[in-house]
Amino acid sequence: MAIEQDEIEKIAELARIRIDADHIGDVTRRITDILHMVDQLQAADTRDVEPMANPLDATQPLRADEVTESNRREAFQAIAPAVENGLYLVPKVIE
Amino acid sequence: MQWETVIGLEVHLQLATRSKIFSGSPTTFGAEPNTQASAVDLAMPGMLPVLNEQAVRYAVMFGLGIGAEIGKRSIFDRKNYFYPDLPKGYQISQFQDPIVGRGRFEVQLEDGSTREIGITRAHLEEDAGKSLHEDFHGMSGIDLNRAGTPLLEIVTEPDLRSAAEAVAYLKALHSLVTYLGISDGNMAEGSMRCDINISLRPSGSEAYGTRAEIKNVNSFRFVEKAIRHEVERQADILEDGGTVAQETRLYDADLDETRPMRSKEVANDYRYFPEPDLLPVVIADDYIEAIRESLPELPTDKRHRFMEQYGLSAYDANVLSDTRPLADYFEAVVAGCGDAKIAANWVQVELLGQLNRNELDIEHSPVSADALGGLIVRILDNSISGKIAKQVFEAMWQGEGSADEVIEAKGLKQVSDSGALETMVDEVIANNSAQVEQYLAADEARRKKLVGFFVGQVMKLSKGQANPQMVNELLAKKLV
Repeated sequence: MAIEQDEIEKIAELARIRIDADHIGDVTRRITDILHMVDQLQAADTRDVEPMANPLDATQPLRADEVTESNRREAFQAIAPAVENGLYLVPKVIE
Repeated sequence: MQWETVIGLEVHLQLATRSKIFSGSPTTFGAEPNTQASAVDLAMPGMLPVLNEQAVRYAVMFGLGIGAEIGKRSIFDRKNYFYPDLPKGYQISQFQDPIVGRGRFEVQLEDGSTREIGITRAHLEEDAGKSLHEDFHGMSGIDLNRAGTPLLEIVTEPDLRSAAEAVAYLKALHSLVTYLGISDGNMAEGSMRCDINISLRPSGSEAYGTRAEIKNVNSFRFVEKAIRHEVERQADILEDGGTVAQETRLYDADLDETRPMRSKEVANDYRYFPEPDLLPVVIADDYIEAIRESLPELPTDKRHRFMEQYGLSAYDANVLSDTRPLADYFEAVVAGCGDAKIAANWVQVELLGQLNRNELDIEHSPVSADALGGLIVRILDNSISGKIAKQVFEAMWQGEGSADEVIEAKGLKQVSDSGALETMVDEVIANNSAQVEQYLAADEARRKKLVGFFVGQVMKLSKGQANPQMVNELLAKKLV
C-alpha cells in the first residue's frame, strides 16, 4: 500500500505536526516503507485469531467510587503560563 | 411532496458517581473553577487512568433496564482531537466493543399510544472541560472541573419520526435513568445533552435521505424547536430541487435557528485506536445477575401495572409513573383512601397544580400522601362535598392541619341532618314563591331544570355544606 503526499499533509495537520516542504517527500517515502511492512504482516492468515486490544494477559482492575483527590489548584496553576480567576488561559479558540 | 422525518438521537448522560470515571476527583456541580481537577484530569505526564466501578455498574443497570446485551468484554478507545478543554489531546471513549449493545425501549406518546424505539448501543466515556470565551484579554478561560466526569452515550436507531416523538423518547429516557438512580437527570446542569441526527425522505420511500447533525442541545423544549426548524429548512431545500449537505450544525436558541458549525469546529477524523492505558473490562455473569436482582420496578412496568391494578387510563398512568417519588406518593394516597380513580384525579389536578404553581417537588409537598388520603376519605364518606374538599385542601396546603382538623375548625362538615336541611328547604320555598309557582306550572321535563335553582339556593344558605342528594330528595317531597 502506498500513501500519497496529500494524505501525509492531512495527517500532519490532524496531529498538529509541521513538516517542511523540502522534507515532505522524504517523510512520504519513509511512511510508505513502513506500510509495506504492514502489508507483509497483513498477509498472515489470522482467521482463527481473536483481535487483541492489549498485549497483557490481564483485565482491568476497578476502583471504588471514592473521592481521594483534594484541591491542589494552587500547585498546578503555579506552573501554568497564564491563569485568571482560577481559570487556565489559552489562546482564544473561537474568533 | 409529502416528506417523512427520520430522527436518531445520541444522548450524553452524566452518571451520578461521587468521583470521576478515571480519577478520584469529586464531581460536585458548581465548584470553584479547577478545584476538582487532579493531575489525571489535567493530563500531567505519567498519570494513568483507573476505571470507577460505579460507572461500570450504572452502565450495566442501564443496559439491563432496556433489555440489552451487556458487553462482557468491553474495550476503551482513544478518540483523538485537539481542543484546549481536552488536555490529553484525546477523549477516552468506547468505539468497537461498547459496554451496552442493542436494546429496545417502549415510549408512550401524547395520545396514549406506544412505540418501540431501538437502542443501537450505549458506551462509557469521559466528559471534557469547559471553555469560557468571554474576554480574558483576547484569550479563552478553561475550567477542567468537568473533565473526566463519567458519561454514558446512548445512541438510538433512526426510529423516531417527529419532534414530538423525540421529546417523548427523551422524557421516557429521563424517567428511566432517574428511576434507576444512575443520573440526577438535571438538564439545567447539563446532565442530559443531546445530538440530533435528522433527515427527510419522500413518504413511502425506504432509503434514508442525507442527514444533518445538530450538536449539544440541552433541553426538551430546544430539542423540539431545533427539530421543527431543521425539518423546515431541509424541506425547503428539497422542494426547491436542492440537496441537503451532510454537515454538523449548531442550534442557536436565541435566534431559534440552526447554522453550520465552522469547519474549524468540525474534526470528524478521530483516528480511534485501543487505549493502551486501560485493559479490557471483563464483566462476570454473577455481577450482571446480582445487578438484575437489585433493579427497581421500571417506569414502563409501573405504567402497565397502574393501568391493570388501578384501572387508570394510559395518560393518567404515564403522568403518575413519571418519577419514583410521584408514583410512591400516588400509591400511598390510594392505600390511605382505597379509591384509585379519585386519588389519581386529586394528585394530578389539585396536588400537581399547587406544586407547579409553587415550583415545588413532590418530595417537598406540604401535604403528605397520608394527609391527602385522609381528605379523600372524607369525600367518600360524604362528610364533605368535592367542592368543599378543595377549600379544605387549600387550608391543609397552608399548614392548618389534617383534613379532619380543618373540617372541624372551620365547621365545614356536610349537613346531612334532615331536620336542619328541612328548615333550610322550607325557608327557600317560602322566600321564592314566584319560582315555586313557575315550577308547579311546568311539565316534568322543565321541572328537572327548574329544581336546580332551589338546590342552588339551599347550597348558598348552607354555605355549600348541605348534602346535595338529601336536598334533592327533600325538594321533591316539598314541591308539590
